[in-house]
Amino acid sequence: MPVEIPTEKWTGKIREVTLGGGGRKTVTVGGETALPFLHFEGSIPNRPVVAVQILDCRPDGWSEPLVRAWGDVVNDPAAWAKKAVELGADIVFCTLASAHPENQNTGAAEAQTTAKKLLDAVDVPLIFYGPEVSDKDNEVLVAVSDATSGLGMALGVCEEKNYRTIVASCLANGHVAVGRAPIEINMQKQLNILMCDLGIKPDRILMDPTTGALGYGLEYTYSVMERLRLAALGGDSMTSMPMLCTVGHEAWRQKEAKSSDGVPEAWGSLEERGILWEELTATTLMSAGADIVVLRHPRTVEMVKSTIKKLMGS
Amino acid sequence: MALTGLEIYKLLPKTNCKKCGFPTCLAFAMKLSQKGIELSACPDVSDAAKAALEAASQPPVRLITVGAGDKAFSVGNEVVLFRHEKTFYNEPGLLVTIKDTDSADSAAKLVSDVSAYAVERVGKDLTLNGFAIKNASGDKATFAACVAAVATKTVLPLALLSTDPGAMEAALAKADGRNPLIYGATKDNAAKMAELALKHKCPLAVISTDGLDGLVEIVEIVTKAGVQDIVIDPGARGFADSLAALVQIRRLALKKNFRPLGYPVITFPGEGTNSPQEEAVLAGQHIAKYAGIVVLDHFSPETVYPLLTLRQNIYTDPQKPLQMAPGIYTVGDPTDNSPLYTTTNFSLTYFSVMGEVEASGVPSWILICDSEGLSVLTAWAAGKFDSEKIAKTVKSSGIEDKIKHRKIIIPGYVAVLMGELEDELPGWNIMVGPKDAVDISGYIKKVWTNN
Repeated sequence: MPVEIPTEKWTGKIREVTLGGGGRKTVTVGGETALPFLHFEGSIPNRPVVAVQILDCRPDGWSEPLVRAWGDVVNDPAAWAKKAVELGADIVFCTLASAHPENQNTGAAEAQTTAKKLLDAVDVPLIFYGPEVSDKDNEVLVAVSDATSGLGMALGVCEEKNYRTIVASCLANGHVAVGRAPIEINMQKQLNILMCDLGIKPDRILMDPTTGALGYGLEYTYSVMERLRLAALGGDSMTSMPMLCTVGHEAWRQKEAKSSDGVPEAWGSLEERGILWEELTATTLMSAGADIVVLRHPRTVEMVKSTIKKLMGS
Repeated sequence: MALTGLEIYKLLPKTNCKKCGFPTCLAFAMKLSQKGIELSACPDVSDAAKAALEAASQPPVRLITVGAGDKAFSVGNEVVLFRHEKTFYNEPGLLVTIKDTDSADSAAKLVSDVSAYAVERVGKDLTLNGFAIKNASGDKATFAACVAAVATKTVLPLALLSTDPGAMEAALAKADGRNPLIYGATKDNAAKMAELALKHKCPLAVISTDGLDGLVEIVEIVTKAGVQDIVIDPGARGFADSLAALVQIRRLALKKNFRPLGYPVITFPGEGTNSPQEEAVLAGQHIAKYAGIVVLDHFSPETVYPLLTLRQNIYTDPQKPLQMAPGIYTVGDPTDNSPLYTTTNFSLTYFSVMGEVEASGVPSWILICDSEGLSVLTAWAAGKFDSEKIAKTVKSSGIEDKIKHRKIIIPGYVAVLMGELEDELPGWNIMVGPKDAVDISGYIKKVWTNN
């Protein structure tokens, strides 16, 4: 007697969000009617995608193997973005780190220059994050938003304490807003509602649930994402936005991905350990529902892309 | 899965005959659900009801123990599909493959490296669980000799991998009393392997080459023969097919109480991948999604450390964040002039800070505040790590008697507390430390030069 495979009858569907457009290449994420990669019970029209994180200035304090892997391009965001796309990036994710008051405290003009350079250098969609200082975020993200009107950028982060300016600007220029709550399902949902109250359409929102790296809170992010995804598939339309995880940023700042001196022998070689730290953070969060993983190391990009391909059954 | 009193009642004759000693069938059912009486007290219960109740009294995923003594490990007994619903209980066993075609020297080195491997994380020693010895030679005597050699060099549990009952019998003789996993029973050898499992009282793995349907057939053969301790291999080896199989098996066991698949699953991520790194990625997927035993073809510290960390993360009880007792902790031999740090009692926070303070080489005091196990930012957001809490901990801990200076270093993420804390602790100098523990060493060397 054949085994009867138990499938869940989900009533909800993850929203489809499209980045890019306005004559540029587009990437669509979301649209699932099943839990991650469970093809036997629903449809997964869009595979998860890989964004590669670059900075608008030379990285300071990045792990040595990471900087070495990229080489000279880290001095030039446009060259860096190009190389990222060559290596398989579906999206380029640029952190406007130079705008941080303790960095170079750059402003609107510099941010616009960076955005234009990137638009010229690559044709994939772009995501911009600010330096995560509210005033500066509002300044540089609005500048980027205006300079890229109609081209479908994603801009972040919107948090409960600072979302109005960024959301309003995304609304005006047709961009996607990324909302981030501190690993908390109700706060994430609340933020979605607040953002929608400003008039932005739910399919112009991505959720950043706040990423905990392997060994540093991964399980919290994992479970909050599973709960968000279950709620969405269960029919909750205010948790059904696709999810983005800043995997590389979190994984590579941990000691395990940074230190080779004075660490236990049982940790093994730094480079392989660091890459796997990032890979496992990425793939584990994909199995909890990540639609966009933001990565740093070229080898992680390759491995995660090949894993996605296999999980999608091709 | 345990049935409620009402569910049991539906299975009873409903005659209220009182022969069981209870006034009604419902009262008997209630008592039965609390396990206060045996079903046999009812003389009229049907065989179908008996079978249903018996199945319901079993855990949905049977607990299987591999190995003997201190290092034996148990897997199974899981009750949820998602860890947030309760918790995952028994961490999957991670085994490293040894082939009987490996040279004696390289096998011996691998056995000693894996057996000695331990890495400390959040106060726990993380280790691998044992070895899977593979009859790659196809030869009986070679297999038995390899098992004998490994068995003398390690106390860790073993799995014996051969589908030849003759080779298995020879190997079992060399692993007497070790309770190895027999891997395993196929549709061709099931009867003989079941016999060996019963004779040696060892758990038996059932191997399907024909998906879940094939698996069920073989499980039924070995259970009919009397084998109860079973591990199952649905045969899926890739990313997508193994995910589907493991999810389906767990769902069938939990949601349908489907007995033939209510056993831990064994996986072989190395067989579906092309490099040690990719093997580790697939092993990670198996750890998160429902494997009971994961057999690794490659061992290297830089791949097993991340995997052991992942296993610890996924199997942490979501309802009980690991926490430290609040109070004063020391690094090295601090004096009354040594720096004083404060942070929360989330164990991960504590161990990160502790590790980095140690690495700084500066003997120090660390004052741990009771944040109910939350990390710095989360605790601050939840009002569990504010200036009042820190001031109170300073006052009540007795740290003021241990140091002469009045300087306290707070985490960079709560720099915003500085002003309030100055009000709460008059006469104290509130210093803002780095946001991330990894920067403590550089920070303290810069600011703590005057002592």
